[in-house]
Amino acid sequence: MGNRVGVEVSIAVADAVKLCNVDVIAAYPITPQTHIVEHLSEIVADGHLDAEFIPVESEHAAMSCCCGSSAAGARTYTSTSSQGFALMSEIVYIASSMRFPIVMNVANRALSGPISIWNDHSDIMAHRDIGWIQTFAENGQEAVDLTIHAFKVAENKKVSLPVIVNLDGFICSHVIEPIIMPTQEEVDAYLPPFKPIYKLDPKKPVSMGTVGIPEVYTEAKVAHNEALKASKRVILDEWKKFGEMFGRYYNAVETYKTEDAEIIFVTMGSISETAMTAVDGMREKGEKVGLVRIRLWRPFPNAEFKKAIGKARILAVLDRALSPGAVNGPVGSELKSLLYKVPGAPKIFNFIAGLGGRDMTLERFNEILEKTKLYDKKKPTENYEVIGVREL
Amino acid sequence: MIPEFEKFKGFSAKDLPQEEPIAPGHRGCQGCGEILALRMAMKALGNDIIVANATGCMEIITTPFPQTAWRVPWIHIAFENAATVASGVEAARKVLIRKGKISKKHVDIVAVGGDGATGDIGLQWISGAFERGHDMVYICLDNEAYMNTGVQRSGCTPYGAMTTTSPPGAQSFGQVTWKKNIPAIMVAHGIKYVATASPAYYLDLMNKVKKAALVNGPAYVHIYSPCPTGWGSAGERSVELARLVVESKVFPLYEVIEGKYFLSRKITKPKPVEEYLKAQRRFRHLKAEQIEYIQKRVDAEYDKILKLAEI
Repeated sequence: MGNRVGVEVSIAVADAVKLCNVDVIAAYPITPQTHIVEHLSEIVADGHLDAEFIPVESEHAAMSCCCGSSAAGARTYTSTSSQGFALMSEIVYIASSMRFPIVMNVANRALSGPISIWNDHSDIMAHRDIGWIQTFAENGQEAVDLTIHAFKVAENKKVSLPVIVNLDGFICSHVIEPIIMPTQEEVDAYLPPFKPIYKLDPKKPVSMGTVGIPEVYTEAKVAHNEALKASKRVILDEWKKFGEMFGRYYNAVETYKTEDAEIIFVTMGSISETAMTAVDGMREKGEKVGLVRIRLWRPFPNAEFKKAIGKARILAVLDRALSPGAVNGPVGSELKSLLYKVPGAPKIFNFIAGLGGRDMTLERFNEILEKTKLYDKKKPTENYEVIGVREL
Repeated sequence: MIPEFEKFKGFSAKDLPQEEPIAPGHRGCQGCGEILALRMAMKALGNDIIVANATGCMEIITTPFPQTAWRVPWIHIAFENAATVASGVEAARKVLIRKGKISKKHVDIVAVGGDGATGDIGLQWISGAFERGHDMVYICLDNEAYMNTGVQRSGCTPYGAMTTTSPPGAQSFGQVTWKKNIPAIMVAHGIKYVATASPAYYLDLMNKVKKAALVNGPAYVHIYSPCPTGWGSAGERSVELARLVVESKVFPLYEVIEGKYFLSRKITKPKPVEEYLKAQRRFRHLKAEQIEYIQKRVDAEYDKILKLAEI
């Protein structure tokens, strides 16, 4: 096992990518993803990793390069954030539909406008439907582990899909945490070399990215969706193997003090650590509260989530993105849809908080608890509520 | 002179390559000058290539799933990024060869796009790829408008031409801007080889594409590609138009080798521009004064090339 070291999470993630022995990295700098790609270019420049680092002229080009590289049979990595993610949007759909096992870290950041470099989940929530596997890291250790796991899952022949590992911009990406870095031997034993199913090779020519006429488009989309849904089995299985190898076990959803909980907070990403502290404080005051954290967002772990909430009477669902004009926030919509007409399903109250770097404090969680209890007695007039809006 | 060119004597009618990377079974229009140019370009390169194709006519007519006309590895991702996809392929192959994971045999990486994909929507992507110096050939098949979407104007549409978004009317005579000089923009990147070609001069076209492939680093060939459907010209006259455009000095053929211009064909007795324009419905609304302006500008633009070639 590797040593436990104090390291900035972005640096650790870059080191994890290095341990995965990637062949090609194509990236464009955007705050707060920059430290990841800066460190990777350093690793390549110093000769610690034999890879091509392609300093492209935009994020759209980054993903375009990644498609070409993956199609040619190379293990391929990129990372982005916010506006960069929005710019590469066109190509991320194509990357997944062409089944390129690219791995990408998204250092989550708010989308403009107004321009904001700070953390929320609006960049990834604008990309729910891109057909990629999507996981959320809570802390630095998890960001490292999920990144290594991502390559293993993506390149599994039964999956062959790209993976996004989300880590909250600044709040996770820029903090220094104690992280156990796996050794090269361990990662080599866990992650075999990439063997593509098809590649661009004059010895065996294939045409990739052909026209989907109406007679085949539906079938292509269904096949992609089926593959994404079926990938859950591999994702869970690979987490189990990861646990056996590295001693750190992961699940699709994580529970905290849920056993007798009547009210369960539902969170994603680094906010969950604050949520656990909040739950502890509330428990001390006698509140029967718990926490469910969603780690696997796509494919959504329907069964695992239902099991995790147990017999809770109420879910207080936290969204870190606003879905303008929609019925709920993105996560709220998902869960209400999942539990609609399920016998004994809990009441769901959807709260939106922590937008554009607004801190999610213990006070905010207390406010959410109070509102949840209030709405339990008196039905709210709106489907969701934005927490902590200041009167300007 | 570029050392890579030393061993290449040029193709002749007697020793044309037998390879046909594009099979005849495609869905091009009758008389399509673009697929003709592409076929010649691919013949010049042979089968040890990987092609990244931009969205456009050539992409859709060759690959309606489950059919493909490509006998060589081919990839299409989107409209603007063929050069970038090609740069990903090139970089991947470089590192995979270095790591001993694939055969060392040289493979030419080729990006193909139309005038819209090249000069408008994809200009930044090509610029990035060229600036980074990836070893690739970029082929622009210029049919002077967005033909795939129904003949809308592009930056490469010639002055006065009628398209569906530059229609002549009471307040307009068609396209109001002069054709964007894409080859000059590529030259400005300091790449080793830029050339213009026309399918009427097929040996010249094939030699230029081959030379572009021989160059170590990015190289660019801009090929005039008659479009009977979009131009309102007779399908059987595509090759004739491809010759007339050169003979009238509208589309001069030249090479730019390491920044130095070489005229491929000096036009001593130019045909009047009017003769070229009259053969196409897209110009039929033009009045004498507009044709006169075009003639003057064509002469001036041609003289600029002569000056660059120090003739």
